Amino acid sequence: MKDINILMIGVGGQGTVLSSDIVCDVALAGDADVKKSEIHGMAQRGGSVVSHVRIGDKVLSPVIPVGEANIVISFENMEFLRYPEYAGKETSLVVNKYRIYPPSVAGGQETYPSEQTEETKIAFKEVFEIDAMTTATGLGNSKVAGMVMLGKLAALLPFDAEIWRSVISKKVPPKTIDVNLAAFNAGYQF
Amino acid sequence: MKEVLSGNEAFARGAYEYGVKVVSSYPGTPSTEITEHVAQYEQIYSEWATNEKVALETVIGASLAGRRAMTCMKHVGLNVAADPLMTVSYTGVNGGLVIVVADDPNMFSSQNEQDSRHYARLAKVPMLEPADSQEAKDFIGVALDMSEKYCTPVLVRSCTRISHSKSVVKIKPRNTPPVFEPENDIKKWVMVPANARVRHKVVENRLERLSDCADTGRLTLNPVEFRSEEIGIICAGVTYHYVKEAMPEASILKLEMVYPICFEKVKRFAEKVQKLYVVEELDRFIENELKAAGIEVQPLNRSVCGELSVDEVRKLFGKEVKEPAFDPKQLPARPPNMCPGCSHRGMFYAIAKLKLFAAGDIGCYTLGLLPPLSAINSTVCMGASIPMAHGLDKATEGAMARKSVAVIGDSTFFHTGINGLLNSVYNAGTSTVIILDNRITGMTGHQPNPGTGCTIKGTPTQRINFPKLLEAMGVKNIRTVNPFDPDECIKVLKEETAKEELSVIVTDKPCIFADRSVIRPPFFVDVNNCSGCTICTRLGCPAILWNKEEKRAFIDETLCTGCELCVKVCRFDAIHQRK
Repeated sequence: MKDINILMIGVGGQGTVLSSDIVCDVALAGDADVKKSEIHGMAQRGGSVVSHVRIGDKVLSPVIPVGEANIVISFENMEFLRYPEYAGKETSLVVNKYRIYPPSVAGGQETYPSEQTEETKIAFKEVFEIDAMTTATGLGNSKVAGMVMLGKLAALLPFDAEIWRSVISKKVPPKTIDVNLAAFNAGYQF
Repeated sequence: MKEVLSGNEAFARGAYEYGVKVVSSYPGTPSTEITEHVAQYEQIYSEWATNEKVALETVIGASLAGRRAMTCMKHVGLNVAADPLMTVSYTGVNGGLVIVVADDPNMFSSQNEQDSRHYARLAKVPMLEPADSQEAKDFIGVALDMSEKYCTPVLVRSCTRISHSKSVVKIKPRNTPPVFEPENDIKKWVMVPANARVRHKVVENRLERLSDCADTGRLTLNPVEFRSEEIGIICAGVTYHYVKEAMPEASILKLEMVYPICFEKVKRFAEKVQKLYVVEELDRFIENELKAAGIEVQPLNRSVCGELSVDEVRKLFGKEVKEPAFDPKQLPARPPNMCPGCSHRGMFYAIAKLKLFAAGDIGCYTLGLLPPLSAINSTVCMGASIPMAHGLDKATEGAMARKSVAVIGDSTFFHTGINGLLNSVYNAGTSTVIILDNRITGMTGHQPNPGTGCTIKGTPTQRINFPKLLEAMGVKNIRTVNPFDPDECIKVLKEETAKEELSVIVTDKPCIFADRSVIRPPFFVDVNNCSGCTICTRLGCPAILWNKEEKRAFIDETLCTGCELCVKVCRFDAIHQRK
């Protein structure tokens, strides 16, 4: 299969790590090789979280080389701006419309970089803007916004939707399977 | 069966499959999850030790008893465990003994960037270095076999990109663990000079046998991939994958045992290539070993600081690196921060208010250094806060002790802080020590410790009582304060720093992750009463925001845990609780 590099970016608490774990398990179930690398540790709630996921016949480095991400998925509206090095001219961007204000913006010392976010979207081959929070809230659980994003990512990857649904059912808390699958389906059809 | 495992899950799986009986560790990023995953296997006895030295000594005991044992720590943890390491090299082992040490190139979550490979040479023990999760699991088995065969502890080196990366691993069942008779051998286990002189020769002889490629069992390690004759690259660990991706044309010798190096194999490889390079992360460890052995290595303009990557390796060999799609932006940062409801914040607010010099320590509370609190003035290593405050006191004949405090968390106090406090008591120090007891080891992901009341497996156990402990140690001035009451904190700080005696102040409110029952309905700002004075925003609470247009504070109620700290600093009765 063609190598696929996915850079998954979010803010602590958004479920970026769980989402990237699901991508890994889906790739394995789809008979691909997969590696993931992520940085956490000092990342308390609200910190920046980034996962590199690489899928292919044989993956070497767990970290995506400069300019070689095929898909950048940003669980928060501006966060993809933090990692310019991984996107290239052929990169697709999946971005959540939802904003989480960094402390300095919340405290009024800085402003949210709305213009930069808009301007930078031009650099990507294609952009999918997802109103994941509205969809999730509509389903009655704001916590499944990440699953809406994952649904859109799944639609861009060469794995059967049933594999995704099966992995998600195993990975999320049992009581939340239905709402997570509903969120996934909504994102898949976005 | 195949699973996608992190390096840390794989190390734990290795301990399970290869029959480890005892694991004792102290948490430390990026190594923590190894022992957390080990705790899920009921066949393995596992524990959080009070520090890495205690952990290593515990597993030395388990090895002496004839069982396979493992301890896991971050790079700086091995400094704490260095004392037993140097001498367990001499005694050797009975049951296999493995020490996993995880380095942190680029310092994602560490106070220094030391290269642990030097410890292998210093202690004269072998070190293996896996390149992915499969090898992380496999090398625990290789290390245990090697440990028993050569009668040596074996170091297994990880790094952040191994421990916190995931890759596909073949899962197998647990092997029947080997059991040896406990040893009672004074000449081997009692390291007095007469016995140690004999053992030192054993160590040197062992090292020679380990570096001899002809010795059995070693030949499966250190594979060669022969491609071009022009360039040969020696590498190890995760760097192997960077090299293979960046230089697919090069011949590669992957060193799986980075110490001692099998020079015969390196020489044979060197003879087959025109130019020999070493690509390694951090210090020039392999390169210097090879040069010392008279092997010619081509120079590379490589920094010894930070991480390598596919791109860095490409640059080293003059290859092109792709252009990023857009330029880096100046963005509002998302620094790590104390959580909403954190029981440390109020005390730091008080310290900042009184402009005290705070000798800090390692933990979540190190984040007290961040604005707007900016209330940590030194951080060196685990446990350093109390002795450094003592040094400030003695160097200035008490003058600085009146204007300074030591700040340390519960877990760090049990780790090495307690020794420093004993010293201050004994030597009549007059400093003021604050123990931020939140009943959990927070920064590494909320592990239980001796102040929590349960073990790694969740079993209830004795909980250390700080006031009683301090009293027994001979501390005369012991104060317990509520950290969510800044006025009380300020008052007690003033009183205790003024005393020309040692004082210990203990805060007694738990981390919101240690005790979820402390979370209460959120608060909101009544805009009619808010004067826009900004005092609440100066607490640095992520839940308190500022509305620029209206010049009023407001609270993100999804983040607020109802701790009430902001209510205590508000002078305008503008913050109220949702019913």
